[in-house]
Amino acid sequence: MSKIHSAATLKRQHLFDQIFRNTTWLFAFLVFALLAAILGSLLIGSMPAIKAFGFGFLFNADWNPVTEKFGALVPIIGTLVTSIIALSIGIPVSFGIALFLTEMSPPWLRRPLGTAIELLAGIPSIIYGMWGLFVFAPLFAKYVQPWLQGTFGKLPVIGLLFEGAPMGIGILTAGIILAIMVIPFISAVMRDVFEIVPPMLKESAYGLGATTWEVVWNVVLPYTKIGVVGGIMLGLGRALGETMAVTFVIGNAHQLHASLFMPGNSIASALANEFTEAEGELYTSALIELGLILFFITFIVLASAKILLIQLKKREGNAT
Amino acid sequence: MNPPHVTAPKVIVRDLNFYYGKFHALKSINMDIAEKKVTAFIGPSGCGKSTLLRVFNRMYQLYPGQEASGEILMDGANILDKKQDLNILRAKMGMVFQKPTPFPMSIFDNVAFGVKLYESLNRRDMAERVEWALRKAALWDEVKDKLNQSGTSLSGGQQQRLCIARGIAVKPEVVLLDEPASALDPISTSRIEELIFELKEDYTIAIVTHNMQQAARVSDYTAYMYLGELIEFNDTDTIFTTPKQKATEDYITGKFG
Amino acid sequence: MIPIYTRRRIVNAFNLTAAMLAMAFGLFWLTWILFTLFQKGLGGVGIAIFTQMTPPPGSAGGLLNAIAGSVVMATLATLIGTPVGIMAGTYLAEFGQRGWLAPTTRFINDILLSAPSIVIGLFIYAVYVARVGHFSGWAGTLALSLIVIPVVVRTTEDMLRLIPDSLREAAAALGAPQWKVVTLVTWRASKAGMVTGVLLAVARISGETAPLLFTALNNQFWNADMNRPMANLPVVIFQFAMSPYADWQKLAWAGALLITLGVLGLNIVARVLFRKKTSFN
Repeated sequence: MSKIHSAATLKRQHLFDQIFRNTTWLFAFLVFALLAAILGSLLIGSMPAIKAFGFGFLFNADWNPVTEKFGALVPIIGTLVTSIIALSIGIPVSFGIALFLTEMSPPWLRRPLGTAIELLAGIPSIIYGMWGLFVFAPLFAKYVQPWLQGTFGKLPVIGLLFEGAPMGIGILTAGIILAIMVIPFISAVMRDVFEIVPPMLKESAYGLGATTWEVVWNVVLPYTKIGVVGGIMLGLGRALGETMAVTFVIGNAHQLHASLFMPGNSIASALANEFTEAEGELYTSALIELGLILFFITFIVLASAKILLIQLKKREGNAT
Repeated sequence: MNPPHVTAPKVIVRDLNFYYGKFHALKSINMDIAEKKVTAFIGPSGCGKSTLLRVFNRMYQLYPGQEASGEILMDGANILDKKQDLNILRAKMGMVFQKPTPFPMSIFDNVAFGVKLYESLNRRDMAERVEWALRKAALWDEVKDKLNQSGTSLSGGQQQRLCIARGIAVKPEVVLLDEPASALDPISTSRIEELIFELKEDYTIAIVTHNMQQAARVSDYTAYMYLGELIEFNDTDTIFTTPKQKATEDYITGKFG
Repeated sequence: MIPIYTRRRIVNAFNLTAAMLAMAFGLFWLTWILFTLFQKGLGGVGIAIFTQMTPPPGSAGGLLNAIAGSVVMATLATLIGTPVGIMAGTYLAEFGQRGWLAPTTRFINDILLSAPSIVIGLFIYAVYVARVGHFSGWAGTLALSLIVIPVVVRTTEDMLRLIPDSLREAAAALGAPQWKVVTLVTWRASKAGMVTGVLLAVARISGETAPLLFTALNNQFWNADMNRPMANLPVVIFQFAMSPYADWQKLAWAGALLITLGVLGLNIVARVLFRKKTSFN
């Protein structure tokens, strides 16, 4: 065989190897450069607003296109509050779903139910928004909100959260719609990680006479905490940046209220509603700065999740 | 240790050291591998026998942090030389792995894969070559009617013979077998052993095995390794009947390992 | 004082019931949303949807230009994003053991994967739309392709990592150069998984609205010019749903049903494909 590969073919082969490797490197670098480009362009775009308002932008609740006074406090709070509502509903429900699918469901139901939940994740977010506005909000205003006011409205402090006319739309509705949206993401991850718990581990806990709940809470959950945190972070990332589902139902008002019934705004919905209609450099720039802030928030959430996961893994590594 | 008098060595190993990062995995190995004979490597797991095999075709270079020093001479040329072309080296040193590794393509294409890399045969010559290799691997009769089926559709023993056929189709000079029968049933194992016997007519063979009976059955020379060192190397009969080292004797008689 | 064992059993029963309710809760929304879609959308789905343009307010019409625009932009975005994603994912899985680029890119790709899609739209607006001075089909395509890339990078890397090293070694042991090992063996072995990833990416962008708002915008008329604003289903649904006109709202629901069925269909195909592949092994 040695006669066949001349120096030329060898050279060509090495050249191809080089080209292929460098091409893949280039595209990997492209992905890397993309993030830099996104950050850079948003930073440049928001320069006028940053110059005009400085750090005060973050803590100012004004949003007045006529006088060109802009502050990001309302959408920032709206984004955070809706996401917190979404997670506080979404996490326990997702945990319940994952628990049901892995420990309780009859085997023949597992796959269809799991698939159904995953399909819920596939539905485009605009559908959630439409459904939220036209179907959910009216019923919510008619039945749930009066009940909430009747039950919690008289309590001190907590009552403030449920003040105002029940309109159906507002921060609370947006949070609930987001919760419905993130449940499939979180529960799919939780189910996947619950499933990889070695059966022996669970069996040895059952063997000591533990109940299903005790096995899940004391064995499965600690064993899978890294994956569970990852799933929650995935859901949080979704909730923070979600645009369409929120835009339909949040009310799009730049006001600050204690009440969750009142319309508010999130960063993403402010952008969706106002960006194409924004007149003037400062207005556009303020909106782009909102985008930059949103990007930073998701960046920080993801980065801290990564760090947390690395530390959890490290600690586990040391323990064993 | 007195190296046996190997006539016409195909591969000569001189002062070979190997590191996985900081771990010293092979320590000053010296040995000759005889041409057209079977050399077996035995020893407890972790002793470095598989590592040694992977140094012969420099497979270790796929991974960062692994390094070899010393000399391995094949036909007089040092294959550890930086200038040595890896692909050519590997084409000359066929390798069969512990678990069958059929490629996700037809049986025919599996065997033709390596041939196509270095030779441009016409359709008929290629078909002949594939048949030749499959016959050599004692697989032809079982697959001749389904050459277009996926290689992954075969049974485990057949898959392993397919991999042997694929390895010898490129007509290498040395065949490296890394525990080729450890994942197989006894019948497939004995077929592979028969195959090794036939292959040594044409090829120099190095086989790693944890099965001492297998080493005794198929090999002409046996090397016993322990913790990265070559403890004893001699013709197989001597190793199994009158080992010179106590450690070798303990291992072979099952007192240790 | 309840005996410990009884208390444990009560806690167990209570929590398991709660889990069952959670399951019912999740399914409840899915069925309700799907039910609404069919109830409100089915009436609007007729032949006109596929043959007529989006109408002015107060008259009947269809969604032809929006469907065509969505298909064209999603297709082009997939064609742009897939090779980029596959090559970058291949680097991460096959060549990235050494050096700084692979871990950095992997981290950044995760960020892009969950980056708010509206920010992607903002980015394309800033670097493209604002420069050329008008919204366009190309801008929408670019925004969508930026969403495709991280999905494909991720699935490609994950799928390539599932391929055992022994297969790569076997190919290398025959003397195959690395680019042939990758293109002829590893890519081939993970083909089904990679196709699944691309399908999931297509499903994701088919429903994306936010990044198209300030890139492709919308167009009431038939438009084959990629350099002009281009109609697309999600943005049309958004505008029509938010409008006060009954005709428009009806079309919006029809479009919503269409897009949901399309996306769910893609998801199911991807799943079946992947399951078939995994059951082989």
